[in-house]
Amino acid sequence: MLIKKAEPIKSSEITDRRVYLSRRNFMRGAALAVSAAATGYAYRRLLAPEPLAATPDGRAAPGTQATPRQWGLPGEEATPFQDVTTYNNFYEFGTDKDDPAKRAGNFVTRPWTVSVEGLVNKPKVYDLDELQRLFPQEDRVYRLRCVEGWSMVIPWLGFPLGELLKLAEPQGNAAFVAFETVNDPRGRNIPKSRALPWPYLEGLRLDEAMHPLTLLATGLYGEPLPPQNGAPVRLVIPWKYGFKSIKSIVRIRLVAQMPPTTWVREAPGVYGFFSNVNPEVDVLRDQSAERRIGEFTRRQTLPFNGYAEEVAHMYAGMDLKYYY
Amino acid sequence: MKDVKFYKLLLFVNCLVPLALLGWDWWGGRAGANPLDFVTRATGTLTLVFLVLTLAVTPLRKLTGVQWLVRLRRMLGLYAFFYGSLHLLIYLWFDKAFNFAAVAEDVSQRRFITAGVLAFVLMVPLAVTSTDRMIKRLGGRRWQKLHRLVYVSAAAGALHYYLLVKSDTRRPLFFAALVALLLGYRLFASYTKPLKAEPLSLGRPPR
Repeated sequence: MLIKKAEPIKSSEITDRRVYLSRRNFMRGAALAVSAAATGYAYRRLLAPEPLAATPDGRAAPGTQATPRQWGLPGEEATPFQDVTTYNNFYEFGTDKDDPAKRAGNFVTRPWTVSVEGLVNKPKVYDLDELQRLFPQEDRVYRLRCVEGWSMVIPWLGFPLGELLKLAEPQGNAAFVAFETVNDPRGRNIPKSRALPWPYLEGLRLDEAMHPLTLLATGLYGEPLPPQNGAPVRLVIPWKYGFKSIKSIVRIRLVAQMPPTTWVREAPGVYGFFSNVNPEVDVLRDQSAERRIGEFTRRQTLPFNGYAEEVAHMYAGMDLKYYY
Repeated sequence: MKDVKFYKLLLFVNCLVPLALLGWDWWGGRAGANPLDFVTRATGTLTLVFLVLTLAVTPLRKLTGVQWLVRLRRMLGLYAFFYGSLHLLIYLWFDKAFNFAAVAEDVSQRRFITAGVLAFVLMVPLAVTSTDRMIKRLGGRRWQKLHRLVYVSAAAGALHYYLLVKSDTRRPLFFAALVALLLGYRLFASYTKPLKAEPLSLGRPPR
């Protein structure tokens, strides 16, 4: 039987072992590089830290060249402008801390009116420019304590809310003040995030609203408020958790009954109406310590955020574990 | 080409990529105004990601028939443990300054901490018994039984995430859905096909 022998493979056609191995190594190297790049991309999609410019055009806002030390409190430096303006909770724009700075650029804050209404003798719709003309703007450096466990020191610019309320002449049965954020900060027909029911609502007892520390802020670091910080006018109540300091206010209404507020409505039993900073009472989590932005280890939280001397008398006789 | 040894190397390197980027972002000051919060969230999320990947191995292997996938499972599980350890260490160090009385109070008082610590503690015996030697010592079936604890760990991890967010629950619910899907697959599989002891092929193949 004739068996046809296969044509022998010439030794010159056999891939050299070294070439074969180097080709395999090349493939492996390529697989490593490509997969690592893909993993890196996926990771960045999941957890993206983005370096943010504090102002839309990337330049430092004028007046912020001043070192934080110049703006700070005794023994406490002010939080840098960059951090104050890129690490925000303004849920209409999204729930990540950098969402407001990224998305609030087109927030139209002029013309802007604030309606003072309800149980007052002189209700009035104020234009923002009129408000700023009527009341001299003061620099106020306050601690801001967020219920999430972080804090800042912020040099605000503004005037006491009490001055405006006095002008409106609250009636005898007015006991509380209700505040409302503009309903469409992203602009009409642009969907807000669906994190909370809008508009955002907050409230104070009348004596808290009249307290000289309670500020209607129109600026920070000597500049007009950036949109992400609640432009053009917001409340600052330094002895309460940050969410009480409602942003971008359009309505101030004096009422007889305790008004509904967004977070109490969202999670009754977790948040209370007063929400005074209190290291003794858990809100959402342990509140005994806080991380000052820029620091690593936590510092002890002070009762009333360090403003007990000025405000504690308003709550004398109240069980603050119950009225938290 | 079933070059599993190389696939393991590939996986090992890829699992380190998030850590490298995390370090790179920290070093470059790109982790934001509250970098510790960022790193805490990142390591926590990565722990959940790796738990989900670990749980995905068996369904994937069964659906695709690619048997050697199971040999990548141990590394995925150990990376879940690794990122979970980092997450816990940051909490103990920077949030609690190693004050264990405060930690004990946290664990007993706050549900999301309870869930998170439970998720981690359940991973410890699994990491300890992950070696070939321990598999042999325990015996395949007992080992497998013990390692079902990962189901509880993943569920507790997803619950931990859900409980700690303030209002936007989309991402926690996404992870919870993934865990539920992967656990549901197992329930479904065991229901439709009575459990059979499968040969355990975790270690090196017999030579």
